[in-house]
Amino acid sequence: MATTADTFQAHTDEHHHDADHKPSFFARWFMSTNHKDIGTLYIIFSIFAGIVGGAISGLMRAELAEPGVQLMGQVTAWLNGGSMDFDQQLHTWNVLITAHGVIMVFFVVMPATMGGFANWFVPLMIGAPDMAFPRMNNIAFWMLMAAFGSLLLSFFFPGGIGQGAGTGWTIYAPLSTSGSVGPAVDFAIFAIHLSGASSIMSSINFITTIFNMRAPGMTLHKMPLFAWSVLVTAFLLLLALPVLAAAITMLLTDRNFGTTFFDASGGGDPVLYQHLFWFFGHPEVYIMILPGFGIISQIVATFSRKPVFGYLGMAYAMVAIGVVGFIVWAHHMFTVGMDVNTKMYFTAATMVIAVPTGIKIFSWIATMWGGSLEFKSPLVWALGFIFLFTVGGVTGVVLANGGIDDNLHDTYYVVAHFHYVLSLGAVFTLFAGFFYWFPKMSGRMHSELLAHIQFWVFFIGVNIIFFPQHFLGMNGMPRRYPDYTPAFQYWNEISSWGVPIMAASLVIFFINMAYAFTAGKKAPANYWGDGATTLEWSLSSPPPYHQFETLPVIEDHHSHHDAIGPTPAKA
Amino acid sequence: MAGAKNHDYHILPPDIWPLIGGVSAFTLTTGFVMYMHEMTGHWLVFGLGIAMLIATFYGWFSKVVAEAQAGDHTPVVQLHLRYGMILFIASEVMFFAGWFWAWFDFALFPNELTEVVGGVFPPAAIEAVMDPFALPLLNTLILLCSGTTLTYAHHSLIHGDRDGLKKGLWMTVALGVLFTCIQAYEYMHAPFDFGGNTYSSAFYMATGFHGFHVLVGTIMLIVCLRRAYLGHFTPRQHFGFEAAAWYWHFVDVVWLFLFIVVYVWGGWGAEFH
Repeated sequence: MATTADTFQAHTDEHHHDADHKPSFFARWFMSTNHKDIGTLYIIFSIFAGIVGGAISGLMRAELAEPGVQLMGQVTAWLNGGSMDFDQQLHTWNVLITAHGVIMVFFVVMPATMGGFANWFVPLMIGAPDMAFPRMNNIAFWMLMAAFGSLLLSFFFPGGIGQGAGTGWTIYAPLSTSGSVGPAVDFAIFAIHLSGASSIMSSINFITTIFNMRAPGMTLHKMPLFAWSVLVTAFLLLLALPVLAAAITMLLTDRNFGTTFFDASGGGDPVLYQHLFWFFGHPEVYIMILPGFGIISQIVATFSRKPVFGYLGMAYAMVAIGVVGFIVWAHHMFTVGMDVNTKMYFTAATMVIAVPTGIKIFSWIATMWGGSLEFKSPLVWALGFIFLFTVGGVTGVVLANGGIDDNLHDTYYVVAHFHYVLSLGAVFTLFAGFFYWFPKMSGRMHSELLAHIQFWVFFIGVNIIFFPQHFLGMNGMPRRYPDYTPAFQYWNEISSWGVPIMAASLVIFFINMAYAFTAGKKAPANYWGDGATTLEWSLSSPPPYHQFETLPVIEDHHSHHDAIGPTPAKA
Repeated sequence: MAGAKNHDYHILPPDIWPLIGGVSAFTLTTGFVMYMHEMTGHWLVFGLGIAMLIATFYGWFSKVVAEAQAGDHTPVVQLHLRYGMILFIASEVMFFAGWFWAWFDFALFPNELTEVVGGVFPPAAIEAVMDPFALPLLNTLILLCSGTTLTYAHHSLIHGDRDGLKKGLWMTVALGVLFTCIQAYEYMHAPFDFGGNTYSSAFYMATGFHGFHVLVGTIMLIVCLRRAYLGHFTPRQHFGFEAAAWYWHFVDVVWLFLFIVVYVWGGWGAEFH
C-alpha cells in the first residue's frame, strides 16, 4: 500500500477537469454536501470559537493575577445592565468558567478534530470520494451552529443570581437545578443537546464511511492510524453522548416539570447525575485526545521516514483506551462519599489505561528511533505534544489514586493536569495537524519559520500558565474561585504572565495565515516528501472538488508488515 | 455534480434541507425554553420550530425516497443505510440505558432520609401502582403481536405479495395506535401523578420516552404504508421498510425491558390499583 501515492497520481489527473465544477457561493458553503468544504467550515468555526474561549480564559487569568475581585465588576455590569452587585460578580465568574469549558470542549476541540480534520482526511486517507451520508454531514455542522447560538443566548438571560449559566461545564445538580433559576441554564442544556445530536450524526457518518468506503485492497489493518483513531472516537461518541442526553433531559424536567431525579426532597440523588455525566464525560476526554493520537502517528511516521513502530499495537491500543475508557468514570467523583471498594476498583481500572497510553508514547519514540528525522513544524508540534502529554498523563496517574485524590480533588492540581492533556495535549495536536495539512487544504505553503517561532512562544507561554498550577494545587488552592488568599499570589501572578506570551504566539499564527494566503508558495501534491505515504498525498493541493472518481486500488506488498510507511526501495 | 464517476457511491448535489434543519432545531429548542419560562410568543416560536422540523423531515426523506426510486441506492449505498440505521439504534439503546440507570439507582438504593421515599421502593408516597398484569400485560401482547404482523408484512413483500404487505402494515399500524391509546388511558388513570418522587419521575420519563418512540415508529410505518400504495418496494430492494421494521422491533424490546423492570419488578410488593 505504500506505493499508492505514486500509482494513483495518474488516475486522479485524468478526471481532474470533470471533477472540479464547484457550485455557486451560497450553494457551496450553505448547502454543502462536500466533505472537504464541510471540514473547512468546521475548522473556521473552531478557530473562531477558540478565540472566544481563549479570550474568556485570558479574562480569568487577568482576574486571578492578584488576590481580590478586580475585573468581574465590569463584566457583570455589561451582562446585567449596569448592576455590579458582589454576588452577581461571583456569578459572572461562574458564567465565565462555564463558557470557557463548554466552548473549548464542544465548540473548539471536537469541531476541529472530528469536524475539521476527520471530515477532510478520513475520506482522502481511505480512498473514498466523499462521506457515506453527505447531507447528514452538513446538518451535523448546522446543528452545531444551532448549539452555539443557544449557548450565546444563555449569556443574556437570568441564570440564578445574575445573567448567564454559571453551572460549570459539568452542569452538576443541584446547582444547575434549584440553584440556577431562569432560562440561561435551559439554553445551555439545549446547546449541549444540539451539539450532542450533531456529534451522534457525525459519528454514524464516520463509522459507516470507514467500514464501507475503504478503497479496494485497504483492509482495516492497512488503514492509516488517523482513520483508526476517528473510528474509535466515533464509537465513543455514539455510545456515550446518548447517556448525557438522558442525564441533561433529567435536569430539564427537574428544573421545569417537577421531577425529582436529582432532588433529595423527592428521594432523588445528585450523585446519580454525576454518575450519568461522567459515564459520558470520561469517554469524552478520550474523544478529545484520540484523533490527536492519530494525527501524531501520521506526523511522526512522515518525518521519521519510517512506518509507525508497532502499527497493530498502536491501533488496538486506541481500541483498548476506548473500551476501558467506559469503565473508569467514577474517578472523577472520588470525594462524593463512595465506599472504599468502589474507589479501589476505579483506581485500578484507571491505572490500566496507562498501559495502552504507554504503548502509544513508546511506539512514537520507537518510530523516531533511528529514523531520518526532519524537524518540520508538524513534527516539532508533535514532539511538544508527546512531551507535554506525558507530563499530563503522569499527573493523571497521580490523580487516579482515590486516596491521593481526596487531597487534590477540586484543586488547581486537577486544573493543571487536564490542561496539560488538553491545552498542551489536544491543542498541540491541532496545531501539529494544522501545519501538516494546511497546505494540502489551502493549496498554499505557510511559513515554516513562523510556525517554528509560534511553537516556541506557545510552548513557553502555556507552560508558564499551567506548570505553576501544580504547585498551587498541591498547596491547596481550590478551583473555580475568582479570589484566593495572598499566600497563593506568587504562582498565580506567574501563571497569569503566561497569557500574553501565549496570545503573542496566536498573533504569530494569524500573521502566518495572512502570509500563506497572500504570499505563500503554491503547494505541490506531496510537499513533505518520501515520508508522506498516505493517500491524501497522491492528490493535488488542494485536492479536486470530487476526488477518487476512479477508486484507487491498494496493492498488497507482502514484503511489508506495517501498513503505513514509505517504500524502502524507492530512490 | 460530478463528471465521470466510476464508482457506486452516491455523490449528492448541494442541498438546502440541512441548513433549514439546523435553523428549525434552534427555533424548536428556543421555543421550548420560552415555553418553560412562559415568555410571550412561546407557542409561536415553538410551533414554528415544529413546523420547520416536520417540513425538513418531509422534504429530506422525500428526496431520499426519490433517489431510491431513481436507482441511486446501489448495493453499497444500501449497505450505508443499513449501517446508519443500526448505529442510530445503538445510540438509542444508550439513551434508554440512561433512564434505566436512574430507575435501578432509585429501586436498589431508595433514599432513607426523605419521608417521601422512606427507604422503600416504590417510595412511601406511592400508595398504589398499576397492576402489571392488567393493561401493561395487554400492551405487551399488543406489541408482540405487532411484531408478528410486521414480519407477516415483510414476508409478503419478499414474496411479491403487495396485498399481504399492505394488510400486514395496516394491522401493525393499528396495533401501534392501540398501544398508544392504552398507554394514554393508563397515564390518565394512574394512581400516582407526574413527578414529586423518584418512582413517578423515572416511571413517566422512561415509559414516556418509550411512548414517544412508539409514536415515531408508527409514523415510520405509516410512511411505509403510503409507499406500499405508491408501489415503491420491490422484493429485492425495500430498505425503507426494513429500517422501519428494525426500529419497531427495537421499540418492542425496550418495552419488554420496561415491562419486566419497571412494571413487574419495580412495583413488586406494592398495592395495585
